[in-house]
Amino acid sequence: MRYLPLTDTDRQAMLAKIGAASVDDLFVDVPEVARLDGPIRGLPMHASEMAVERHMKALAAKNLVAGEVPFFLGAGAYRHHVPASVDTIIQRGEFLTAYTPYQPEIAQGTLQMLFEFQTQVARLYGCAVANASLYDGSTACWEAVAMATRVTKRKRAVLSGALHPHYAQVVKTMAHFTGDEIADALPAITAEPDLDGLIARIDEETACVVVQYPDILGRISDLTPVAEAAHAKGALLVVVNTEPVALGAIMSPGEMGADIVVGEGQSLGVGLQFGGPYLGLFAVRDPKHVRQMPGRLCGETTDAEGKRGFVLTLSTREQHIRREKATSNICTNSGLCALAFSVHMTLLGERGLRELAAENHRLACLAADRLAKVPGVEVLNTAFFNEFTLMLGGKPAREIIRDLADRGVLGGVSLGRLYPGVEALEHALLVAVTETTTEDDIERLAQELEASIKETV
Amino acid sequence: MRYYTDEHEWIEVEGDIATVGITEYAQGQLGDIVFVELPEVGALIEQGKDAAVVESVKAASDVYAPITGEITEVNPALEEDPALVNSAPEDGGWFFKMTIADVGELDGLMDEDGYKAFLEEL
Amino acid sequence: MNAPNKSGWKPEMSLAESGFLGGPVTTTGNRGLMLEEPLLFEIGRADVTGVDLPDVDPAAPTRLGGLARSEAIGLVGLTEPETVRHYTRLSRQNYGIDLGFFPLGSCTMKHNPRLNEKMARLPGFADIHPLAPQSSVQGALEVVHQLGHWLCKLTGMPAVAMSPKAGAHGELCGILAIRAAHEARGDAREVVLVPESAHGTNPATAAFAGYRVEDIPATPEGRVDVAALKARLGPDVAGVMITNPNTCGLFEKDFREIADAVHAAGGYVYCDGANFNAIVGKVRPGDLGVDAMHINLHKTFSTPHGGGGPGSGPVVLSEALAPYAPLPFIRKDAEGSFYLVEEENREERGPSFGRMTAFHGQMGMFTRALTYMLSHGADGLKQVAEDAVLNANYILRSMEDILHAPFGASGPCMHEALFGDKDFTNGLSTLDVAKGLIDEGYHPMTVYFPLVVHGAMLVEPTETESKAAIDQFITAFRAVTERALEGDEALKQAPYYSPRRRLDETGAARKPKLAYEG
Repeated sequence: MRYLPLTDTDRQAMLAKIGAASVDDLFVDVPEVARLDGPIRGLPMHASEMAVERHMKALAAKNLVAGEVPFFLGAGAYRHHVPASVDTIIQRGEFLTAYTPYQPEIAQGTLQMLFEFQTQVARLYGCAVANASLYDGSTACWEAVAMATRVTKRKRAVLSGALHPHYAQVVKTMAHFTGDEIADALPAITAEPDLDGLIARIDEETACVVVQYPDILGRISDLTPVAEAAHAKGALLVVVNTEPVALGAIMSPGEMGADIVVGEGQSLGVGLQFGGPYLGLFAVRDPKHVRQMPGRLCGETTDAEGKRGFVLTLSTREQHIRREKATSNICTNSGLCALAFSVHMTLLGERGLRELAAENHRLACLAADRLAKVPGVEVLNTAFFNEFTLMLGGKPAREIIRDLADRGVLGGVSLGRLYPGVEALEHALLVAVTETTTEDDIERLAQELEASIKETV
Repeated sequence: MRYYTDEHEWIEVEGDIATVGITEYAQGQLGDIVFVELPEVGALIEQGKDAAVVESVKAASDVYAPITGEITEVNPALEEDPALVNSAPEDGGWFFKMTIADVGELDGLMDEDGYKAFLEEL
Repeated sequence: MNAPNKSGWKPEMSLAESGFLGGPVTTTGNRGLMLEEPLLFEIGRADVTGVDLPDVDPAAPTRLGGLARSEAIGLVGLTEPETVRHYTRLSRQNYGIDLGFFPLGSCTMKHNPRLNEKMARLPGFADIHPLAPQSSVQGALEVVHQLGHWLCKLTGMPAVAMSPKAGAHGELCGILAIRAAHEARGDAREVVLVPESAHGTNPATAAFAGYRVEDIPATPEGRVDVAALKARLGPDVAGVMITNPNTCGLFEKDFREIADAVHAAGGYVYCDGANFNAIVGKVRPGDLGVDAMHINLHKTFSTPHGGGGPGSGPVVLSEALAPYAPLPFIRKDAEGSFYLVEEENREERGPSFGRMTAFHGQMGMFTRALTYMLSHGADGLKQVAEDAVLNANYILRSMEDILHAPFGASGPCMHEALFGDKDFTNGLSTLDVAKGLIDEGYHPMTVYFPLVVHGAMLVEPTETESKAAIDQFITAFRAVTERALEGDEALKQAPYYSPRRRLDETGAARKPKLAYEG
């Protein structure tokens, strides 16, 4: 048992010190009925590294790896190239095997990193303050709604129809239990988002309006009018971003007047990982809202010798002090993913992020032009960053996607998967293009899509 | 006239307005104050209900309204300098002013001597 | 006395001899291998990048809808060598399990096997998309399914919800399932009972789910007061949240009796599984009447803590609560294929309370945890619990002659030993002992938790420490404790040898500076 350093001699010596005859004497408080007489049956016994590796590799081999095929999936999770140094840094034991920095004197590495991370996120989002991260974008979205209800003392949230449906589901699940009212909608299949319709849904009871940018169909539009309309009614604007790379090319939500900006940070450093762990980003534009924020915050201070140092701060918002009055029950953040994000962002810098964004957009434009030439296919979006919606001329997108997978192409995310049972959305396909996409990949998708559409009734 | 509560608040009554803060003893128990969350002007608060929150690094404590009334003013200096609660708790570190809805409620509070005696028993 | 350290350094050496103090002032502020590191924003440049990408062509056509970001973002970059050095230097200001003993009670800082890391990085797990066609990710779905099977077997529970992202999220999952179950039978209840020794997440979770929280007192021996709990049960009580083993490090021996009483009153039993590592393979919570329990994969099953996450908090559920489990969950069809039950599977989803997160849970943690379970097997996991409990009792009995152990007479502890600071003198407290241990090269124990013990010190050694490592810790812990008992003034300024001395947390909170300005 390679992870257990005690020898039987050690165990005997320790039992002698304790004054127990056997280790079972230490479990005397377990009621008789619940004591097991041996290892739990129906599970295998311990195994060597080699045997375990064989087992896990066999499972891994049953999956179609994104990097091995033309790959166009997005819808809240994007495949980007992660520089090699990111993974070596996050695997340093001092980061990997550290705990939450409750003892700041010996956790300055994590704390300084978090301070830098908070600064990066705040600037990316055009905000004053970002927290040290939350679980993922969808839970951050709910936390933003919950925070808006605290700030405005209102209980109604208006969700844009073009908010990621899984995010909307998370918000609705939670609101059911907190008694908040959620007004949601389905996305309208239009070239541009219907902001006037959204604005018309904001009223004096509205705590916040939640808008995704770029939205679930990949569309982008100026949200300034939404911010103005929300503010005029005393509501907050919550902007959700699922692709941080986009903000290297397009205006930040903060610049457009968003009060709370949340999002998924997975694109940078973290990888696809079949949906988790990911990285929830959370920021506020106005520093006066800081005390209503959920999650951990790292702040600058000095030590007893006057040297600069960092600590977790404003903890009185949190569950371990406020208990049932806390701003959230969140205990952890997504520390190692925040580190991966921050290292990747450091490698990119202002210049690299802008170049990365430009390259994503260039390839997405190429893909949109090529795919528009496939008979029966139309590009819905007027404007987009690296993801857009294809209309498949009445063909069912889910079947096309499955057929494409059989042809060795992961061709996108069908809206049918995201909005099951909604007929109006069955024929739409979301296609994401990043710097990892080659022009050959685009050509291959175009050809297979053409073939698939022909053969699908 | 100054009154005290067993929750370690003081109330200074001048005419029909009461000024409220926490006592020297309370600030000593709380340690370094880092933030005071004050009620909104215009809020109606009942005696004994949460009126403010005073925070140190590791604790958040509720401050209850010693009497029923409407908040007429909050101490703007506390936002900039919460340490005033430590340095001048019964003076510049006051929390808020409120109307006195029921003068009779004051009768249930302690005067300075009563509060001193109360402290000695703790 | 023998030097506890075999390196040649001796405790009787003066500070100057040992080279820590009294040396020359350096021009860099560095002291040998103790290296200072500026902030990223002080060394990075806007025009420098560590990634080679095509230059931006300002003339390239765009379809950004007139929303191009024209203002500077305010980010800075470093080349790869600078990046690696920046973070390597930062890392050296951190304490981690890899460096030394990390007895942080209730957090279970056990060794993180590197095979877990290797397996999680297999492209077949790391490079697959959550919305990929399910036929293309059968192996991933099978990992989730297998891990769920292990969790059910180990806990003796019939069902598991895999999507919760962390322990507190798992608590929320369990509490929402309880609320959904009551709602489904038209039995609205308002109160959740939580022992006063509970983790703060318990009351926060119950409140977040819309419940009113009421405390249950503890007995003098450190367990739930069963009589008080039973007296409070009634038609308004939705359930209880009890940590077992509890936060005082004791097994709640009346758990079954409590569970039966709660069930008889129409409530449900939530067990906080934060301390499952003490009983894994030895006791199945399902045999104790649990309805829901989260399992912190980052504690019991060794996925890394990563400086504060990501965690993972699957929740095992009883027959009564299983129908309300969140979406999505995994099923196996007649042909042996795995599939996700999501919003669209209207019949199969049943009365599920809905979705808690965008995708399917912490896959990267699932692969690590499954790797760990396979490595240990049923026999190894049982040994894990036994060694963890043995180590904790060894520390308890090696310290209690000089350090107040409030529940030392309550029988054996489980995986953690609890002490208090009531005998310290000269104003010294638990905090000072914690900081003194930093100077001795240890990460301190959990301090001031649980709240029921004055100046609590909660020591959790875990099973992955050798006897020699634990003995050395005991030597140091006793030495620092004696200083606290004697009232050593110097302890109030500890730590002396860490990258930073005590930090001004009051100043940080009064004038929050939460981002670099400049």
